[in-house]
Amino acid sequence: MSVTIETPRAPIRTHKRGINWEKWGWIYMRASGIVLVVLIFGHLFVNLMVGEGVKAIDFAFVAGKFTDPFWVVWDTALLWLALIHGANGMRTLVNDYATQASTRRILHGALLVSTIALLALGTLTIYAFDPCPAGSPAELLPSFCAEVM
Amino acid sequence: MATSASNSGSSASPSVTIEVPTPRKKSVIPGGTLYRGREGMWSWVLHRITGIGIYFFLLVHILDTALVRVSPEAYNAVIGAYQTPLMGVAEIGLVGAIVFHAFNGLRIILVDFWNIGSRHHVALFYVVLGLWVVTMLAFTPRHLMNVFGW
Repeated sequence: MSVTIETPRAPIRTHKRGINWEKWGWIYMRASGIVLVVLIFGHLFVNLMVGEGVKAIDFAFVAGKFTDPFWVVWDTALLWLALIHGANGMRTLVNDYATQASTRRILHGALLVSTIALLALGTLTIYAFDPCPAGSPAELLPSFCAEVM
Repeated sequence: MATSASNSGSSASPSVTIEVPTPRKKSVIPGGTLYRGREGMWSWVLHRITGIGIYFFLLVHILDTALVRVSPEAYNAVIGAYQTPLMGVAEIGLVGAIVFHAFNGLRIILVDFWNIGSRHHVALFYVVLGLWVVTMLAFTPRHLMNVFGW
């Protein structure tokens, strides 16, 4: 009797053409991770360690940072790198623990929608920001508002 | 590829004896399928747990910062809730999670890219724990001084 045996160790499907998104996601986690260590440690040091720390954070403090181009670039990079890093990490967890196709679809969709919405909201917060809103009490505003008005 | 085989050869396979290490203690856990790793597993578990915690903090943190575009009063009222002694202590937990996730993430990169990283992943885990202790010893007293006005 003769039996036909498939070629041993032949790949089930040949290599898919196109961009290998999982590979780039893997690279992104490591590349963004290194940058985030610097950005977040700097963020925490300036906001929690320098001066009065967390006690000093109020509207005037944030307004001072969002009118400084250095912190605008810093916080924009922080927002985009951290949120995409976090959302991709949560995608890994969904892939690991959500076993039903419908659950996975709902959770992946929720991650995509929330990430896009919060990136838009966060970017708008940094760039469409008025440090001296009209009609607000002067003691709540940064000191440079008095010079402008 | 085609090959021919005899129909009567199935009972001729030789028996093989392999050495199995005898367990030191009788396990109380039935089945024996539960994976109980050591440093490698715990670093993985802690990386996931801290990552989930940091992610949900980040969602809230983007929303609370967005209040600067509502009004100075709204932002100050909400950020004031972060400045209570209870939240000040909770922030130590947040920073602890971030510092662990940061150092352990760098450990993962070393394990992936450094040619001897995977061989020394256990030692690297203890380096992570050591750096975490040093960083938290630097952060915690200063932060408590700020929170409680010492």
